[in-house]
Amino acid sequence: MAAELSFSKEIENIMYASHGKPIKDCIQCGTCSGSCPAVEFMDNSPREVIGMIGANLKEEVLATNTYWTCASCYQCSVRCPAGIDIADMMYALKRYSMWKGQYKEGLIGPDFSEAFVKMIVNSGRSFEPILAATYLPKYSARDIIREGLMATGLVLSGKMPLLPKKVKRLKNVQRMVRRIIPIGETK
Amino acid sequence: MKQYAYYPGCSLESLGKNYRISALAVSGELGVELKELEDWNCCGATAYFPVDELLAYTLVSRNLAIAEKTGLQDFVAPCSACYKNAYTTNKYLKSDPDLAEHINYALEEDNLQVEGKMKVRHLIEVFIEDVGFEEIKKKVAYPLKGLRVAPYYGCQIVRPRKDKEDVENPQFFEKLLSAIGAEPIEYASKARCCGGSLIITNRKAALDMVHKLLQDAVNSNANVIATTCPMCNVNLEVYQGQVNQEFGTDFSIPVMYFTQLMGMALGIEPKRIGVGASMLSLAQSIEK
Repeated sequence: MAAELSFSKEIENIMYASHGKPIKDCIQCGTCSGSCPAVEFMDNSPREVIGMIGANLKEEVLATNTYWTCASCYQCSVRCPAGIDIADMMYALKRYSMWKGQYKEGLIGPDFSEAFVKMIVNSGRSFEPILAATYLPKYSARDIIREGLMATGLVLSGKMPLLPKKVKRLKNVQRMVRRIIPIGETK
Repeated sequence: MKQYAYYPGCSLESLGKNYRISALAVSGELGVELKELEDWNCCGATAYFPVDELLAYTLVSRNLAIAEKTGLQDFVAPCSACYKNAYTTNKYLKSDPDLAEHINYALEEDNLQVEGKMKVRHLIEVFIEDVGFEEIKKKVAYPLKGLRVAPYYGCQIVRPRKDKEDVENPQFFEKLLSAIGAEPIEYASKARCCGGSLIITNRKAALDMVHKLLQDAVNSNANVIATTCPMCNVNLEVYQGQVNQEFGTDFSIPVMYFTQLMGMALGIEPKRIGVGASMLSLAQSIEK
């Protein structure tokens, strides 16, 4: 029987094009956590998450909101003295959690990303109002009203168009996507 | 006039309308001819990568492939997220033949092939490196004298592009602002993150990040914040009201694209650079 992959190897394997150093090179210095502008909204700091990966704490990592709170600002990646591309690792963790279908309850990130990709497969271009349907149900009534007023203002001021644009060779793009990942019927 | 393959990106067709028109107007004035790519698709911003990495690189590569077909050398993006995605994908296409092979297999479906031979650039780089500060200075008709501008770099224009610029304390934006006669201010947050798409997926975190940025710029007595990215611009401008509600602040600092400020200095008429309302709030901000 083949030896089971360590969690850190599993994550490294899905950082396909990353040119960063392996996660196990982490020296736990905390530069990433100290540099992160969103760290106070994370259940575990980036340094902790890397430590958890090294300790094979898979369930705990799948349950944390840390990588879904990463804004991809790359401050940690450019400062890491061990040369780990931490922001890219956060993307890998997002993929891992999407792939396992396991993430902390109440997060908007996973639905948002999924809806975004579906939108591109269906039109080739992104368009804010279509995305709103994925996150508004998770907002409070007050926030929905606030969002509605803002959107109305943007439409009235001519900043927000009412109709999305589409890619012309959409069928080709959809066939392209099928060569990478299996997708079901498209609209 | 030098020609550039131009990738506007989705945001410039919706919320970034003022960026779209001012980028084109200023480019025209400076002899930069932006030829929009035919049938481009969304670059994925930060939302493709959580789903599938190869898919993300493939969709970005379709735009690069369309650009390569034009025979032009430069791929120019005005949005920092589009820029970063195109820049890194282009780099990986050259350094990773296996990745390139997978991508090219998918691109066959649209009769395209990609080599990774474009020079990927942000619009601000084209103005700074190709036109140059001296040439810009010469064309300035109305120097923005006394205007205290907070240059806001955001993230993806400088990071993760480690090989090129001082990622901790870049200076090119300040130099550009000086070239148009404005006074760039020093403030610590100039390359701190605005929260990006967290404004949708984690509003609380993003508002906190925007709040800190605005506070820092206001504390440094800036009259206006200048941006290089439609996402940063939206977060800092449109969400100021929500920041005020959440934090009890009374921010009303104008946020403008660097192209709008350049347009004003070059003497382009306000409606061609989307400054009407911004002009008014700018005047109020200076009076304070």
